[in-house]
Amino acid sequence: MIDLTCHVAGVPFKNPIVMASGTFGFGREYGQRYDISSLGGISGKGLTLNPKAGNEGLRVYETPSGMLNSVGLENPGIPYFLEHECAYWETLDTVRIANLGGNCLDDYVQGALLIQADHDKRVALGQVVIDMIELNISCPNVKEGGIAYGVKTVAAQEVVRLVRQATSLPLTIKLSPNAEDLVGMAFMCEDEGADAISLINTISGMKIDVHRRSSVFRNLYAGLSGPAIKPIALRMVHQVAQHVKIPIMGLGGIVSATDIIEFIMAGASVVQVGTYNFMNLNGGQDLLEGLEQFMLDEKIQSLDEIRGIV
Amino acid sequence: MGKVISNTQVSDQVYLMSVEGHAGGRTGQFYMLRAWGDYPILSRPISIFNISGDSIDFLYQVVGEGTELFARLRPGDPISLEGPFGNGFPDVYGRVALVGGGIGIAPLYYCAQQLPNADIYLGFSKEAYLLEPFNQVAGKLMTNVGGFIIDDIDFNQYDAILACGPHGMMKAIQRKQQQSQCTAEVYISLENRMACGIGACLVCSVSCHDGRKKACTDGPVFAAEEVLLHD
Repeated sequence: MIDLTCHVAGVPFKNPIVMASGTFGFGREYGQRYDISSLGGISGKGLTLNPKAGNEGLRVYETPSGMLNSVGLENPGIPYFLEHECAYWETLDTVRIANLGGNCLDDYVQGALLIQADHDKRVALGQVVIDMIELNISCPNVKEGGIAYGVKTVAAQEVVRLVRQATSLPLTIKLSPNAEDLVGMAFMCEDEGADAISLINTISGMKIDVHRRSSVFRNLYAGLSGPAIKPIALRMVHQVAQHVKIPIMGLGGIVSATDIIEFIMAGASVVQVGTYNFMNLNGGQDLLEGLEQFMLDEKIQSLDEIRGIV
Repeated sequence: MGKVISNTQVSDQVYLMSVEGHAGGRTGQFYMLRAWGDYPILSRPISIFNISGDSIDFLYQVVGEGTELFARLRPGDPISLEGPFGNGFPDVYGRVALVGGGIGIAPLYYCAQQLPNADIYLGFSKEAYLLEPFNQVAGKLMTNVGGFIIDDIDFNQYDAILACGPHGMMKAIQRKQQQSQCTAEVYISLENRMACGIGACLVCSVSCHDGRKKACTDGPVFAAEEVLLHD
């Protein structure tokens, strides 16, 4: 019997496969295709305090083995989410992670306070709908906030500290591969009381239309994801895992069971799957089956046997 | 998973592909097609051109890596179909005009079969194609090569206008709807890039007067006056 269970920040995951923010909506669409409660967890679409329209113009462009996106955190805002999406989340038997973005420090803090207040209210009624907050200080596609906090450790420290104070929910910080000092950033998160680290967000990239002589994106730059970034993500997860004690949710270009195994071997506790959801609408289900088969074939009883062995 | 029955070039860079299987869908809906493994990353949203008993047809233009791979498919080759997705064209009544530009003619053939008295207006930039099948299902068929087919349409003659084509053409339709002060219901089908096709990724987001909508699930068909088409 294979044991796929994992723990991150005291939260039990039935398996290590978590759907990454921004690629899975709030789960409803994929939930119509397969039982998403079979997954380890889902991280919902990035939420900001107020509704956000996202970026104008082209929002996606394919690259060799990857894609650039410039969605710009389009979302309905936290109050809408709490009122309209939580009822669906309540029906799910999987770890539900609210991804929190922001334009400024106060947005992050107010957002965390709203989620916490809603959580407390529901706990009093015997409900838990949000199991964890993922703090997104690393979106490259929003001008204010986002990446500005994700690059500088000092700027990030204040956000992490204040959000940590605002919520007692387990907290994972989604870090940017564009951080000026990634290990220093991870240390800071650990020191400030974060429970886990999600690593990596998309890598800032660019595509130029040579006929129009301009970037294809209104924001000039966009976020690169997909298998093209997997070697970088894997290296970063390995590097950070050597230095911090808190668990890592590893992500970046996972499209197969062996990709998952690589991240676990690099030191990740669980993994997140993003772009693959677009390549295969039943991706979560297929990866889970593939992972079980791989472990059977390789006679791996539990992921603890191989976690961080490289 | 389907199997290609035929894949025929009908014009420069334009192909008509027939895939076997009992696929469903209403006019104006689309499928996400994929005829490769992991790369290119994204499947391609392609409108339903026609559905007959045991096959579904797609008309597509080779514009990039994915559609180039479609063009290489031979009878018997496997192809993955996910769908049908999207809202499709609404039911319309009375005198109907179907207006297509370039590869935007793709969803209109299936439409025309269900609206046998509709007038069809097709605009092409270089060369007209598939006129014979369209002629067989049209009340009246008008074509324009190299010009502006919109100029040939009297919006006031119609109760409903269903259109699909490039961005500039859809803008021209919006403009003409306003200027003519017609009472026709005007619907446009948008050709946006998509990633998931099912409403999760927000890549295909459309600016509307009452906020953002998704081309894949709220559309691809929108009331023309509802959408903000930017330059």
